[in-house]
Amino acid sequence: MLSVKSLNTEYAAANGQVVKAAQDVSFEVPDGALFTLLGPSGCGKTTTLRSIAGLERPRSGTIEIGGQTVFSSDKGIFVAPNKRNFGMVFQSYAIWPHMNVFKNVAFPLEVRKVRPSRKEIEQKVMRVLSAVQLAEYVDRDATKLSGGQQQRLALARALVMEPRLLLLDEPLSNLDAKLREAMRFELKRMQRDFGLTTIYVTHDQSEALALSHEIAVMSEGRIVQIGSPRDIYERPRNKFVADFVGSTNFIGGTMVSASSGNGRCRVATALGELNVQCVENLAKGATVVVSVRPEDVELSEVEPAREADDNHCRGVVEAKVFLGDYLDFQVKVGESVLLARVHPSLRTPTGDPINVRMRAEKCVAIAEAVAPRAAA
Amino acid sequence: MRGAWTWVAIAAAIALVAWLALVPLGFMLWQSVLSPETAAAAARFTLDNYRTAYASADTARLLATSLKFALGSAALAFAFGALLAWINERTDTPFKTLFFALALVPLIIPGILFTVSWIFLGSPKIGIINVALQRAFGTDAVFIDIYSIPGMIWVDGLHYSPMAFLLMSAAFRSMDPALEESAMMSGATLPQILWRVTIRLASPATAAALLILFVRALESFEVPALIGLPAGIEVYTSAIYDAIHAYPSEVGLASAYGVALLIITSVCVFLTTRISGRGSRYSTVTGKGFRPRVMRIGRWRYATAALFLVYLGLVVLLPFLVLLWSSLQRFYSVPTLAALHDLTLDSYRTVLAYPEIGTAIWNSVLLSLGSATLIMLATSILCWVVVRAKLPGRWLIDNLASLPLVFPGLVLGLAIMVCYLTLPVGVYGTIWIMLIAYVTRFLPYGMRYNTAALLQVHKELEESAAMSGASLGATFGRIVLPLLKPGLIAGWIYIVIVSIRELASSILLYSPGTEVVSVTIWELWQNGQYVELSALGVMMILVLFGFVMLAQYFGRRFGIAET
Repeated sequence: MLSVKSLNTEYAAANGQVVKAAQDVSFEVPDGALFTLLGPSGCGKTTTLRSIAGLERPRSGTIEIGGQTVFSSDKGIFVAPNKRNFGMVFQSYAIWPHMNVFKNVAFPLEVRKVRPSRKEIEQKVMRVLSAVQLAEYVDRDATKLSGGQQQRLALARALVMEPRLLLLDEPLSNLDAKLREAMRFELKRMQRDFGLTTIYVTHDQSEALALSHEIAVMSEGRIVQIGSPRDIYERPRNKFVADFVGSTNFIGGTMVSASSGNGRCRVATALGELNVQCVENLAKGATVVVSVRPEDVELSEVEPAREADDNHCRGVVEAKVFLGDYLDFQVKVGESVLLARVHPSLRTPTGDPINVRMRAEKCVAIAEAVAPRAAA
Repeated sequence: MRGAWTWVAIAAAIALVAWLALVPLGFMLWQSVLSPETAAAAARFTLDNYRTAYASADTARLLATSLKFALGSAALAFAFGALLAWINERTDTPFKTLFFALALVPLIIPGILFTVSWIFLGSPKIGIINVALQRAFGTDAVFIDIYSIPGMIWVDGLHYSPMAFLLMSAAFRSMDPALEESAMMSGATLPQILWRVTIRLASPATAAALLILFVRALESFEVPALIGLPAGIEVYTSAIYDAIHAYPSEVGLASAYGVALLIITSVCVFLTTRISGRGSRYSTVTGKGFRPRVMRIGRWRYATAALFLVYLGLVVLLPFLVLLWSSLQRFYSVPTLAALHDLTLDSYRTVLAYPEIGTAIWNSVLLSLGSATLIMLATSILCWVVVRAKLPGRWLIDNLASLPLVFPGLVLGLAIMVCYLTLPVGVYGTIWIMLIAYVTRFLPYGMRYNTAALLQVHKELEESAAMSGASLGATFGRIVLPLLKPGLIAGWIYIVIVSIRELASSILLYSPGTEVVSVTIWELWQNGQYVELSALGVMMILVLFGFVMLAQYFGRRFGIAET
C-alpha cells in the first residue's frame, strides 16, 4: 500500500517566485489499485507525482510504500529516486534516441547493482516487449517508432524493472483521439494483468473515469475530492468538481430545510422548489447550487408521468445542436437556460414548448461557500 | 504583385553577395600561381608557390604544427566549456546566473589583449607567475614557458572556451530533462546517467562544437603571431603573415598557404553542417517546452562553484589585473612593494595624447557601426528571400552568403588585398577596403541571426498582410522588419563587438591614417610600448564592457530576447 501524508512541495519559478505546487496532499492507494490525480494544468498533480517519484524534494510530509518510508521530513529520510524502484512513464515518453528498442528496455536491468546475466536480461526484455506487442520491433531504432509504439515502449521500460509502484504522467496526451481510446483499454488490461499499484496523472476527465479505481480531483495544489469514478461524477462535493468532471447545469438556490448528511432535501430556486440529493450537512437558508448533468435533464413533448420525488417544469426550446449520437438542447425555463443531452429521436422544433423532468437523485445540492474558483 | 523595384533589390543583393564572397577568392587563386613581382621582373605564371608551400621539407612540419596547435586548443576550449556548461545547465550549483554572465566576458576581451596579458603572466623572463614562484622558492628555474606549443594552446584554448561554453549550454538546454530523469527512475546512478545518457545524447553537438573550435583555432592569428613567431613556432596563419612581410613580398606563396587553409576549413565546415543536420534526429521526439530542471549534487556543488571561480580568475580577473597593473607603471615591471609606490596614470595621458589614437578610435567606431548596420539590413532582405520567396536558385544566396565562414580572417584580408590592388577602383589604402573586409567577414553572422529570427515569424502573418492588400515591399517594411527587430538588434550588437576586436583582416589592409584600435595595439606591442598598450587595452575593455551592459539594459527594457 502507498500512503502519502500531508505532502507539501514548492519550487522556485523562473521569475524567482516560490510556487506552492502541492499543499497538504494526503491519500492512500491499496495494492494493485489504479489511483488517478485529475485536475487542470497547473493544479499540482504532476508535482505530486514527481514528489512521489523523488524527482522533486517535498518541503514536508511523509511517503510510505509497503511499510518502507521513502520520504519523511520529520525523520529526515529521502530515498534517492534511483533507489526507489518505481517505474515511470513520462509525458514526452523520454525514449532514448541513441538506443534501439531492446536497449531502451534493457537499460533498467543493465544499470542494476547486481547485473542479471545476459540471457536473463534478454528473457525479461522479450517478455515485456511481447506484453506490449512490440516484440517484432526489438531491433528497430527507437526514434523510428510511431507515437503509440513509443508510448508502449516507455511502458515496457517501466514494467521490466518489476516496479513496486508505476507512475504514469499523462501517458496518453500525445496520442491522437482514436489511438488514445485504444490505449486506454490496453493500459487498463496491462495494469490488471501485472497487478501493479499505479498512480495516473491526467487532465482528461473521461480518461480518469474510464481507468481508475479511485480519483483525486486537484485544484490549486490541493485535493478537493477523493472518490470512486461514480462518486466523483454523480456526487460532486463542490462546484469545481462538478464543473471540471463532465459538463453540468448549475441552478442557484437556498435550502428550505436543513440537511444532515446523505438524504433528500428541498431547495428554493428560480425553477421553483426542487427535491434534491444532499451529500453533506447544509443549514436551513444556506446558499447552494444544484448541479444537474445534461443527460439527466429529461425532455419530452407529452407530459411525463409524475412520480413522488421528480422535479417537473415547462420550458421553451431555444436552440439545439446535432452531435451525431446525441442532441444538445438549450431549454429556457423562466429566466434560466438548461442544457439537456437527449436521444436524436427527439425532434421538437426551436421555439416550441417542452416538458422537463429531473429526478431528485440526479440533482445534487452543493454549498456555494466552500466552492473554489470554477475551472477555467 | 511584386513590384519591379523589389526584383531590383533582390538582384542587387545577390550580385553584392556574389561580389563580396567570390571575386576576392578568384583573385587569390590567380595570385597563387604568379611569381613575385619585383622592379626587375614582372609577374609570370608559375607553380613554384605551391612547390614551396607543399613540397618542401617544411610542408609536413607546418601542417603538423598547425594541426597540433588547433587540435590542442579546440580540445582545451571544449573541456573547459563543456564541463562548465554541464555544471551550469544541469546542476544546482549556487550563483549560476552570475557565473553565466561572467563566463561570457572573455568574448568581449580582444584576442590580442588576452594574448598580451598572458605573455605578461607566463613569459619565462618577465612573467609574473614565474617571478612569483622563483621568489617563493628562491630559484632561477623557469616554471612555465608561454613560448611553446602547450603555452600557445593554453592561451588560445582558454580564450575560446566561452565559445564552447555557449555551444554546449545550448546543447544541454535543448535536451529533454525527462531523458535523464527516466534513467534515474530506472535505477541508474549519477555516473551511469552521465556516461550512458547525457554524453551520448550530446555527442552530435559535441562533434559539431569540436569541429567549429578546431576551425577557429586554425584561423587564430593573435596567438601564433605574438607567441609563436618569436619562439619560431610557425602555423599557417603566421606563415601567411610572414610571407607577406618578407622582402620582396611573397603574396603568391601566402596565397598558396591560404588555399591549404581554406581547403581544411571548408571540409570542416561542411562536416559540421552534415552533423548538425543529422543531429536534429536526436533533438528529439517531443515539441513540448520543458521546465528547466537541475540535478541535486549535494556537497559537490561547492566544488563546482569553486571550479567556476578558478576559471573566472584565469580568463577574466588575472588577464585584466595584469593589464591594469602594467598600465599604472612608468616602465613595465613585475609587481613589487617598491613598484606599488610608483603607480602613475602617465601612460593614460601619453596614450590619449597620441594623435593616431584618436584617429584609430574614430576609425574603429565608424567601421564597427557601419559594417553592423549594413550587414543587418542587407541580410534581412537576403534571408527573407532565402526563407520565404519561392525564387529558383535561392539556395545559392544562402550558400554564397555563408561562404565567408570558411575564410580565415587573415586569408580574407589577403584575398581582398590582392583583389583591390589589382582592380583600379581606388579603395586600396582607404577605410573603404576595411569596410568591405568587415562586411564580407561578418556577413554569415548577420545571415544566422536573421534566419533564426525569421523562422519564428509565422508565414501567415505575412500572408494576412498580403490579403489586406499590402505590396511585397510594404509587407517587408511594415510587417517583417518590425517583427525581426529583436534579432536584428541582437545581431547588430554582436557584429559591433566582433568588428571592434577584428585584427586578422585589418592587419593586412590598413595604411597610415586608417588604423583601427586593434592595429594600434599591435603596433604598440611591436614597438615595445607595453605600458601604453596596457592603458589603451584597459580603456578598450572597459568601453566594450560598458557597451555590452548598456545593450543588455536596453535589451531588457525593450523586451529583446537574450543575445
